[in-house]
Amino acid sequence: MPKLLSGAEIVFKSLEDQKVEYIFGYPGGAVLPIYDELKNHKKIKHILARHEQGAGHAAEGYARSSGKPGVLLVTSGPGATNAVTALTDAYMDSIPVVCISGQVPTHLIGTDAFQECDTTGITRPCTKHNWLVKDVNDLADIMNQAFEIATTGRPGPVLVDIPKDIQFNKGVYKVNKNKLVKKLNGALSNKINLKDVVKFIEMIKKSSKPIFYSGGGVINSGPKASELLRELVSLTGFPITSTLQGLGAYPGDDPQFLGMLGMHGTYEANNAMHDCDLMINIGARFDDRITGKIDEFSPKSKKIHVDIDPSSIGKNVKVDLAITSDVTELLQSVIKIFKEKNKNFINSNKQKTAKWWSQIEKWRKKKSLNFVNSKKTIKPQHAVQRLYELTKDQDTFITTEVGQHQMWAAQHYKFNKPNRWMTSGGLGTMGYGLPAAIGVQIAHPKKLVVDIAGEASILMNIQEMSTAIQYRLPIKIFILNNEYMGMVRQWQELLHDKNYSESYTEALPDFVKLAEAYGAVGIRAKTPDELDEKIKEMINTDKPVIFDCVVDKAENCYPMIPSGKPHNQMLLGPEDEKEEVSDEGKTLV
Amino acid sequence: MAKSKSAYSEPTKFGKEDHHIIVVWVDNEAGVLARVIGLFSGRGYNIESLAVAEIDRKKRLSRITIVTKGTPEVIKQIKLQLGKLIPVHKVADFYRNDKKVLFRELALFKLVGASKKLDKAKKICKKHNVVILDKTKKSFVIQVTALRREIDKLIITLTPLGLVSASRTGAVAMTRGEEIFTQ
Repeated sequence: MPKLLSGAEIVFKSLEDQKVEYIFGYPGGAVLPIYDELKNHKKIKHILARHEQGAGHAAEGYARSSGKPGVLLVTSGPGATNAVTALTDAYMDSIPVVCISGQVPTHLIGTDAFQECDTTGITRPCTKHNWLVKDVNDLADIMNQAFEIATTGRPGPVLVDIPKDIQFNKGVYKVNKNKLVKKLNGALSNKINLKDVVKFIEMIKKSSKPIFYSGGGVINSGPKASELLRELVSLTGFPITSTLQGLGAYPGDDPQFLGMLGMHGTYEANNAMHDCDLMINIGARFDDRITGKIDEFSPKSKKIHVDIDPSSIGKNVKVDLAITSDVTELLQSVIKIFKEKNKNFINSNKQKTAKWWSQIEKWRKKKSLNFVNSKKTIKPQHAVQRLYELTKDQDTFITTEVGQHQMWAAQHYKFNKPNRWMTSGGLGTMGYGLPAAIGVQIAHPKKLVVDIAGEASILMNIQEMSTAIQYRLPIKIFILNNEYMGMVRQWQELLHDKNYSESYTEALPDFVKLAEAYGAVGIRAKTPDELDEKIKEMINTDKPVIFDCVVDKAENCYPMIPSGKPHNQMLLGPEDEKEEVSDEGKTLV
Repeated sequence: MAKSKSAYSEPTKFGKEDHHIIVVWVDNEAGVLARVIGLFSGRGYNIESLAVAEIDRKKRLSRITIVTKGTPEVIKQIKLQLGKLIPVHKVADFYRNDKKVLFRELALFKLVGASKKLDKAKKICKKHNVVILDKTKKSFVIQVTALRREIDKLIITLTPLGLVSASRTGAVAMTRGEEIFTQ
């Protein structure tokens, strides 16, 4: 007879088997037996958040920066519903998160018991899979599957809902080894077809106006994928652009890198995407913020799409060569075959792409990220640039909230390594950056972690400052404070006749005093003269810091693909705005 | 064009929509049907009919048959998205006019009325593959097994002849010949 364990013990044994070091959570009635068991497992540290959403984003930040799954522990009812935003965020951005939720005892399910909700029902569309555990003897196997599903194929969140009686009940710890678990997102096989690789290389050789377009799939595939991407880009000599989520996979300061593409991408990246004859999509998903008007998206190009999720291929854009594969595996075989047969390709092919590169240089000369700097007020772009210059020599991790500051961070902060950039792209969750920074700092205790924030977003999860203080996490909150929900204000200016409906925040807190109230350090910069000194002070402070950077209130985020225009019709700055956006265009931002 | 200010693009191309029958083999576990139909409603796909029952008690396998309508791109997405669900084993997609596939739907009709009308109704029923399950002086209940569109027609014909209640199962499908569908 095998030893019997309680459900709570099984949960922890499973976490130990999965080598989990940290769980992020918040206790409550229906999850108390699991919290009671915590004391017997010294290797697992619990990080107490101040809100379940914060715990969820912290788990995401941990996962993104470490490559390991984030673990989240919440109670039933409101605990679970508060976690829904974080789970949806992880689902949209393909982040491995395992959420364990308490549930009311089995016999009370369906009776509208205290703190009962249909957790598996609510989270079904925002998880890869979820389980309501009905028998303690299934628990070990379910936990094992949960980690397997969260971390394999296209990663994502899963949820295990455990009724309180199951947490007390005794059962056996048994994992069914041979159970067929779906690792491939429904693809029949992930074996790379050699023919596809050969075709991939042929297309590379035929092209005279090529571009690589890489995304979060490269980051999710692991650090090796970034190395291989760099190798292939350098072997071919082709230009490369990246999505918001893919930043860091390729060095941001490399001459072959054209910057980010998409709605607020660079002029050269978007024009190159529009005019290219070969687009090589590695681990990106043709999101609507990337493609602009889909009918006029890169009309003359052949397209290659590499994605681990077969349902991502052909969903928005038809492609000529579709390869369902992990990025690392695919790049390995492409590089191997490419190297064998095409020695010195970069030199022999130089002539063929010379015209293309000179065209790209022409676009580059527009310097689309330029802005009119000021000596009186701090321009937000300038603030990000200074932050970059003053932090680039150390291994810095950046998280963001959502809005203008997020785009400025993406444009002006240059990433050289993967897993250094954590931002909510798919769901666009304001309030993501602070708790995510907590998760990142937990995973990397000695590193500099900065949340580039806006004053509106930061207030959405400001309570997590208390968490940062409790665990002595010296995260830096760098607020670009313009007193507006900047991106909302910008759209209202461009599309709604400057009717700034509810986008100005009156009665903002004094962020310096707020920092002090939490036990952190508050720093404020009001003029460009004092900016550098204050940023240095922030970096040198070994405590959590809220940095209130008072910036120009009216600055807009450029360049911008407006209103349903294709990639080659960007607005570069305020001068271009005068060219009225057509009525039709207004629908399409 | 009306001044719309949505933050998203509008659809500009509409492909031709066709009827397809999607067959899904799933583990018969709690919530599995909700996962499948939740995917349809969540992603805005159509469901015209739905038939589901366990087909292998030992392996606890169920077969779900869904009649849907969509452009080729949408049908492809439906198949790929279904394939990603954990309890889904395989997904088949049949074009409604595919000659290699048999489709059948079962319906029960109750007719109530004067005997003259009912006799007329019975005559019509004889032309179809009808079984009379219950009979009284003023009513009868019949079972019809036919194609969807045949049952649609029969309902129209029988309505003036005393059809008071109809119950339908939704279509199920099976390939002809000795082949079985493997993914």
